[in-house]
Amino acid sequence: MKIRLLAGLLALGLATACGGATVESAPSATPAEGSASASAPTGTVKIAINPWVGYEASANVVAYLLKNELGYTVELPEIKEQLAWEGFETGDVDVIIENWGHPDLKKQFIEEKKTAVEAGSTGNKGVIGWYIPKWMADEHPDITDWKNLNKYADLFKTSESGGKGQLLFGDPSYVSNEAALIKNLKLNFKIVTGGSEAALIKGAQQAQAQKKPLLFYFWDPHWLFSKTELVRVKLPEWTEGCDADPKKVACDYPEMDLDKIVSTRFAQSGGKAYELVKNFSWTNEDQNAVADDMTNGGMTGEEAAKKWVEANPAKWQAWIPQ
Amino acid sequence: MRVSPDSAAIGVEGLWKIFGPKAAKVLACDDRFLEPAALREKTGCTAAVRDVSFDVRPGEVFVVMGLSGSGKSTLVRCLTRLVEPTAGRVVIGGEDVGAATPARLRELRRHHVSMVFQHFGLLPHRRVIDNVAYGLEVQGRPRAERHARAAEILSLVGLDGHADAFPDQLSGGMQQRVGLARALAVDPQVMLFDEPFSALDPLIRRDMQAEVIRLHREVGKTMVFITHDLSEALKLGERIAIMRAGSIVQLGTPEELVGAPADDYVADFVRDVPRSHVLSLRWISRPPEPGEPLDGPELPASTVIKDAIAAASESSRPIRVVDGDELVGVVDRVDLLTFLSGQDTGDTVTAA
Amino acid sequence: MSSTAVSTPSGLRVPGWLAPAGVAVLFAAAYLVFRGTGTLPHDSEAPQFAAVTELREWIDDHRNDNPVFLYFLNYVRLFVGGVYGLFHGALTALGWPGLIGVMGALAWLAGGWRIALPAVAGFCSFGVLGLWESSVETLALVAAAVLLSLAIGVPLGIWAGLSRRAHRAVTPVLDVMQIMPTFAYLAPLALFFHIGAPAGTIATMIYAIPPAIRITALAVQQVSPTAVEASASLGATRAQTLVKVHLPLARSTMALAVNQTIMMALSMVVIANLINAPGLGSDIILGLSRAQVGIMLPAGVAIVVMAMVLDRMTVSVARRGPHSRIGRAGLAGAGALAAAGVTLGLVLPHEWPEALTVDLVAEINDAVLWAETSWYGVTTFIKDTTSYLLLNPLESLFTTAPWWLVAAAVLLAAWRVSGVRPALTALGCLLAIALLGTWEHAMRTMTTVAVAVSVTLVIGLLLGVAAARSARWSAVQRPVLDAAQTMPAFVYLLPALALFGTTRFTAIFASIVYAVPPVVRLVEEGIRNVPGTVVEAAASAGSTPGQLLWKVQLPMARRAILLAANQGIVMTLAMVVVGGLVGAGALGYDVVLGFSQRTDFGMGFIAGVATVLLGVMLDRITQGADRRPSPHQRKVT
Ligand SMILES: Nc1ncnc2c1ncn2[C@@H]1O[C@H](COP(=O)(O)OP(=O)(O)OP(=O)(O)O)[C@@H](O)[C@H]1O
Ligand SMILES: [Mg+2]
Repeated sequence: MKIRLLAGLLALGLATACGGATVESAPSATPAEGSASASAPTGTVKIAINPWVGYEASANVVAYLLKNELGYTVELPEIKEQLAWEGFETGDVDVIIENWGHPDLKKQFIEEKKTAVEAGSTGNKGVIGWYIPKWMADEHPDITDWKNLNKYADLFKTSESGGKGQLLFGDPSYVSNEAALIKNLKLNFKIVTGGSEAALIKGAQQAQAQKKPLLFYFWDPHWLFSKTELVRVKLPEWTEGCDADPKKVACDYPEMDLDKIVSTRFAQSGGKAYELVKNFSWTNEDQNAVADDMTNGGMTGEEAAKKWVEANPAKWQAWIPQ
Repeated sequence: MRVSPDSAAIGVEGLWKIFGPKAAKVLACDDRFLEPAALREKTGCTAAVRDVSFDVRPGEVFVVMGLSGSGKSTLVRCLTRLVEPTAGRVVIGGEDVGAATPARLRELRRHHVSMVFQHFGLLPHRRVIDNVAYGLEVQGRPRAERHARAAEILSLVGLDGHADAFPDQLSGGMQQRVGLARALAVDPQVMLFDEPFSALDPLIRRDMQAEVIRLHREVGKTMVFITHDLSEALKLGERIAIMRAGSIVQLGTPEELVGAPADDYVADFVRDVPRSHVLSLRWISRPPEPGEPLDGPELPASTVIKDAIAAASESSRPIRVVDGDELVGVVDRVDLLTFLSGQDTGDTVTAA
Repeated sequence: MSSTAVSTPSGLRVPGWLAPAGVAVLFAAAYLVFRGTGTLPHDSEAPQFAAVTELREWIDDHRNDNPVFLYFLNYVRLFVGGVYGLFHGALTALGWPGLIGVMGALAWLAGGWRIALPAVAGFCSFGVLGLWESSVETLALVAAAVLLSLAIGVPLGIWAGLSRRAHRAVTPVLDVMQIMPTFAYLAPLALFFHIGAPAGTIATMIYAIPPAIRITALAVQQVSPTAVEASASLGATRAQTLVKVHLPLARSTMALAVNQTIMMALSMVVIANLINAPGLGSDIILGLSRAQVGIMLPAGVAIVVMAMVLDRMTVSVARRGPHSRIGRAGLAGAGALAAAGVTLGLVLPHEWPEALTVDLVAEINDAVLWAETSWYGVTTFIKDTTSYLLLNPLESLFTTAPWWLVAAAVLLAAWRVSGVRPALTALGCLLAIALLGTWEHAMRTMTTVAVAVSVTLVIGLLLGVAAARSARWSAVQRPVLDAAQTMPAFVYLLPALALFGTTRFTAIFASIVYAVPPVVRLVEEGIRNVPGTVVEAAASAGSTPGQLLWKVQLPMARRAILLAANQGIVMTLAMVVVGGLVGAGALGYDVVLGFSQRTDFGMGFIAGVATVLLGVMLDRITQGADRRPSPHQRKVT
């Protein structure tokens, strides 16, 4: 008897929900507060935090303005680059504030799935590359050409690099052609993953202070360039399309216009918050200043953002929607 | 032995219990006659009860006795299918237990048969009164009614004033009284006891035995009582079944067992029993020899031998052993002395 | 116990060490001859990986139109997410005073004010550390995961406890679940349930369900059979017996099941963050990715505090006697506490007052920096020595040996220690690892595990023997071990990371710290369980304490020690894989990479599978302790 009742209920449940459940209908992390799709200006905006401080600087400034100028609640979930794109679909993410290229993801999520849209440039120019401390370039002037790297591979050996030279890499989620480059340029190097931006910075600082050889992955804009003298190693020059096939890449990284990506939902119903995100645009110097305060000034993201906002009213007032 | 459902409280016929994965197969072939050790070696099965049959009369105290592992517990559990018998028939109160549906079986357990366990099996999280009322609770009786009944039973077993204690606050003897009360509370016709007192120390055990005898006299239940203690068996049992390796080797009154053990196993069992305390005059009386004086003291044939000693010492003439008005035989001092002197009495008895 | 009788089955009088030594020489020779051939180097573009990556793309594209997702998986996700949301909403709605009051009241009910006080203090500490919101999220996640785990685990456990057949069916599944490194389920979960709180909750559940089932089954099995029989003999139905006998009598052991479930769930909290479960885990991962112990430590402390509070609460429920009641005073106290909290919660703002937080990030970072710089010489020396002398040679041994030689060695070792069937399983796992294209990385991971396990065993044996021989030492050590075992595994990464940076050694260090406590405990118990009469006999024969240890206690504790090795290996593997986050490389890193880069999803997924296979293999090699009587003993009995 009971079983029959149960079966009945189940059938009923299935019938009423005959459409099935899609991912979007899943509640986001905080269903009580509703997601950003609420067009009321008091909604919640979720800006993904990718693991490098420059990104955080931008995110914190936008978050500060959303909170204090427009009255939004802002969440800053720690989500790495590619997962954040997936977060658009599940409602875990509304905004990626600094996107480094990712043409493949753009194709998939913007063109095919239509869960995300572009929201304009951040004004920052970004470039990734391989760097060494300046003293090495002074000692071995020819080391800055990739063709000579193998000659100096021994210098870069460590306990982790298994007899080859070490190329120190950062967070596993970073945009990376390193494996393909090493393979295609036949370099006698091994990628050793430090696991974080901090590991890269620490390595660079030690390399300078203790004159330890180091070859590492890094990017500009970054506050580190103003504190430590670094020299970029020249890889074969980038040409249009040379990095189209990730497995066959044998050229340097291009200079990128960093841009903002938002979820389609947020773009449609994000109201003023979306406007602000779209309008946000600043220079590498601005970002470096905030990032420097966050890393070396002992400030939290919020404090550093506040400091910048107070010092640069003209810049941000242009972003605030009317 | 035939099962006679009308006259017997319990009838058991051809009961088998074989533990193990291939029980049915073992039963079907000749393996079942193997010695237990050989059977286990060959099939991995244990024959705990082998072809057992007996009747228990209403109001009787029926004792099953045997060494550890002889299958007593299994046998008594088969009666209410707490252990499912492999084969055989059990009839309780005229009802075929084997054929009972689960609901009917529960009914039987709830109202007709209850059991007392060696390790009490009390529920530690319930007060004494709720332990005693447990049987009524599962029957769905209202709380007030079952508590009233439980209180009544508690005073019957001498536990007044302990109703609100928890089992672990009671001594072993008292705990078993709770177990007894629990079994009595449902007012069953048949009570099964599985070595109820063997976990108790000797003094308390004696008290409890007296308690059972008293209860039996007062409430008159049919009882099946398992024990491995012979003196307990002799004290309580109207009839005793002796089990060995799953079979009953002898079934009879205490006197029959002590006086005429069926085999060495039983004889071994009863060897240390002071025979004069168990056997009656019937066992040693003999026809009067010609010319023997027949004017000595007269005693009934059921008189236990040790009680005849006083009469014999008062009079030098042979005791006349009578059954009602009929003269069964005579016993003189020499007979008594020969019997009491021990060893050779066995022969005398067998000869008799 | 003559060992020669065993090792010379033919009866020839050959010294016992000869055969193993011969085999070792044979292997060494084979290695020297064949090294470098038959290796299976890692190819991150292996077709197996690509296939899984494609599958993932396909699933991503069809998540919203494939019926399996539409009508099942998405509903599961929806439901679990709903449960989490419910808890999170309720806990948030209480506000911080309300939550502290209610938790304090629950703790009071569980074990009186002695438990309530630390509970209140502990929950306050979340606020003081500035982690109130993350803590509430973690609590909600743990609550949801534990509730659902119990909802599944307890009925299954009861069933397994009541039915032998069910027990037999469930056990092997649980075995595998328990040796499966937590890291391994993340990728499939992300695949089926996407990322976020629901997926995190489900990952946590998978980890927390096995103890719920196991301990519940044990609890039910432990119920006095006589009580059950007595109930049946009075005509109780099965349901009546279950409710009136089994469950009440199993209560205190089942409280332990709840306890273990909570502990397991808490230790998953951090790892679950890799698929974006919210809560304290995100602070730890944040600290990890910023290499700032200052961010991680408070979050780690908060997790430990939460673990201790919940542990004490549940343990005190478990310790309560079978019929203890909560006194009126207790009820009043608890009620007052809860009421006060809830009322205050209505009045006060929901956020923890800023003024009451202590920000230690900078201070901790400075302290760590100090330790790093001043101990740099020592830690680098330790790290480099181990790497150059032990890790690198061993790694090159494993990776340059022909695969068939490794397979033969595994087969032989497992056969010798555990018997034929486990040996074949181990071999199967190894071959599967090779077929999956993860051979080289599996060998690297195995190297790390081998080094970590060896050190763990040495330390574990030393401490275990010390504890077994000196009651005082044992008394000092025990509470430390207890505390260490309540801590979520991840916490151990922090000091390791601070001292050794992101290298393989960090993972080794963390896994040693993680695995030593249970090993010590098993060894101590093993030695203590050597029958007193045997020890007495040996002592009366004039053995010195050393002889006693070497000739009697250690050999007789062999089973316990093997079991300790087995446990140590399983735990170490789990931790080494997690170490992929902090530089341990190999399989663990592949898994991490799989989450981070879509193109490497397949590799990460397969690395997860390979980790499981590696776990099963290592378990089978050493499981002899558990399931097979040792050959020596078999001879004697
Ligand atoms: N559930 C079972 N499964 C398998 N074998 C059993 C089981 N129960 C009992 N046995 C075996 O059946 C035989 C008889 O056991 P039983 O418990 O009936 O003996 P007993 O006469 O009551 O002994 P004791 O005096 O020790 O209580 C023993 O050999 C025992 O090992
Ligand atoms: Mg028995």
